[in-house]
Amino acid sequence: MEKFTTIRSTAVPMPMEDIDTDQIIPARFLKATTREGFGENLFRDWRFAPDGTPHADFVLNNPVYGGQILVAGKNFGCGSSREHAAWAIQDAGFRVVVSSFYADIFRGNALNNGLLPVQVSPQFLFNMFSAIEADPKAVFTVDLEKQTIRIDALNLEETFNIDPFRKTCLINGYDDIDYLLSLKSKIENFESSRLEPAIQTL
Amino acid sequence: MTLFDKIWNAHVVCPAEGNLEVLYIDRHFIHEVTSPQAFDGLRQRGISLFRPAQTVATADHNVPTRHQDQPITEPLSRFQVDKLTQNCNAFGVELYGLGHPYQGIVHVIGPELGITQPGMTIVCGDSHTSTHGAFGTIAFGIGTSQVEQVMASQCLLQARPKRMRINVEGNLQPGVTAKDIILYIIAKLGAAGGTGYFVEYAGSAIRALSMEGRMTVCNMSIEMGARGGLIAPDETTFEYLRGRTFAPQGENFEEAVAQWSTLYSDEDAVFDAEHHYRAEDIAPMITYGTNPGMGMRVGDAVPLAPAAGDSLASFEKALQYMGFQPGEKLSGKPIQYVFIGSCTNARIDDLREVAAYVKGRKVAPGVNAMIVPGSQQVAAAAIAEGLDKILTEAGFDFREPGCSACLGMNEDKVPAGAYCVSTSNRNFEGRQGPGARTILASPLTAAAAALYGHITDHRQSAN
Ligand code: SF4
Repeated sequence: MEKFTTIRSTAVPMPMEDIDTDQIIPARFLKATTREGFGENLFRDWRFAPDGTPHADFVLNNPVYGGQILVAGKNFGCGSSREHAAWAIQDAGFRVVVSSFYADIFRGNALNNGLLPVQVSPQFLFNMFSAIEADPKAVFTVDLEKQTIRIDALNLEETFNIDPFRKTCLINGYDDIDYLLSLKSKIENFESSRLEPAIQTL
Repeated sequence: MTLFDKIWNAHVVCPAEGNLEVLYIDRHFIHEVTSPQAFDGLRQRGISLFRPAQTVATADHNVPTRHQDQPITEPLSRFQVDKLTQNCNAFGVELYGLGHPYQGIVHVIGPELGITQPGMTIVCGDSHTSTHGAFGTIAFGIGTSQVEQVMASQCLLQARPKRMRINVEGNLQPGVTAKDIILYIIAKLGAAGGTGYFVEYAGSAIRALSMEGRMTVCNMSIEMGARGGLIAPDETTFEYLRGRTFAPQGENFEEAVAQWSTLYSDEDAVFDAEHHYRAEDIAPMITYGTNPGMGMRVGDAVPLAPAAGDSLASFEKALQYMGFQPGEKLSGKPIQYVFIGSCTNARIDDLREVAAYVKGRKVAPGVNAMIVPGSQQVAAAAIAEGLDKILTEAGFDFREPGCSACLGMNEDKVPAGAYCVSTSNRNFEGRQGPGARTILASPLTAAAAALYGHITDHRQSAN
């Protein structure tokens, strides 16, 4: 997993709420058996007409907007547990998603892939959208170490929460598997010490 | 203590960093779409699967629902399904693939084979894993990185979610089903109303449901954002499990029942949130928008303003996508497609109910009505009971098992702009195909739409 440092970047605004993972990456693109290449089909049906012509009014087709930060309305990533959604966002060049509320599974999937889901207050989210509206080249700074996100032009800053373990993992580029593998003997002890009858295998 | 906490506590291997705990997983279900990258991860790390005997695989999401005896024609789908077979062989995982009598939608086969048992922790790389909660299990969907974690260690790092109890008391009106209960609850709480929670469903109306009905309710827990939903096991649960292929047998079963009987929330259990509903208030439900929280009674008009949790912008966007007006009555609205299937409503009970309703009648001209059994066992039972004949004679297209038009990964798609009354669980934009307009409903409401060619209350239409 790529290590996460401070990100200073412009942002892409998607003020819609309840953006579900079927929009982020439609099911018909889930046939790939590797993690790469999903970025091409990120928000496929919002970005392109069925014949492949880009919808000019969709934000990702607008050259005015760009950057490593995706800013979205509340309840981002609801619906299907497909991790392909996190892969697609990352594959398209984003390192941070900002929203005022996340669906649980998406948040976990993002963190497991080094994509940082920053949860801000509804007011701060509104301020971010306003800042981008005023100037699409507005720059934001996300500092994971200090757990802050800043609208540089307005010098407005908010702190965000992140589980300390997840934070360490992101900063060092570790994942949960490294940790779980180190616990193997504890897991085996647990299995043999269970009060319930050991579960019948298949 | 809550039922949830009893099960959770029994599975904590040890505390981990911060508020995370190492949670032991009893059963891991895998399928072709969310597992290949996880198997590759194991390969890259040079490790094997830790507990293959607690892992079961099936091919369901991306399989055709016709000619399953022949090779899959679509090359990418074939590659993905073949990959699952190769991976299962290489890592020693039991696979109920195409052609196997146990194949089917992962959340249909776990319960019907008795693999799902009270008190277990169960995960799968699929958000509707919550279905298994109907048996009093902690069951939830995970992403592919977590699939790999469970493969590697049979454990997950998890923070304990908050607990919610939803009580539905009283008697359902005739013709109102489990699907209507859950669509009603989600319409009340909104598509994010359960985020951060694990839900226990309780109350006399829930107790009165069959296991099939309970699975339908638990299945859609994720549609209000909850990690999962569960129901305390009782006689209905035990009777369902008795004699199932992988359930404990004979004396072991009686012992298991004694232990399962301790799985309930104590009287003094404290929940972080609690909701109460009256079964009498629930009527057949449909959705009018593009998230499952946008639901209403079949006879109602589309609301004039956004309901629970939706903003004006999402409400307007949803209605525009669906082609509905605020205040419009949907009863009488023509529909072109009907899909009866998915892990929400493709069990034998659902098929029986639909067959009994449509027997001797005909699907309306111009309606494409598809019925896709949840598993080979469901299909076999339906054929043994002659349901397939009744359905086919009525004009339904009776298919072979799989996820099918629930997510439109295979060729079973609804065309752009067409309306589909569907017994599945998601009405997201494009879920059933680009531009498809999905109206979620119970099997009876879907069957009525098929017969009449428009949305209608199946209770009024019955005569
Ligand atoms: S039937 Fe639909 S919801 Fe259920 S597992 Fe398959 S794709 Fe997911």
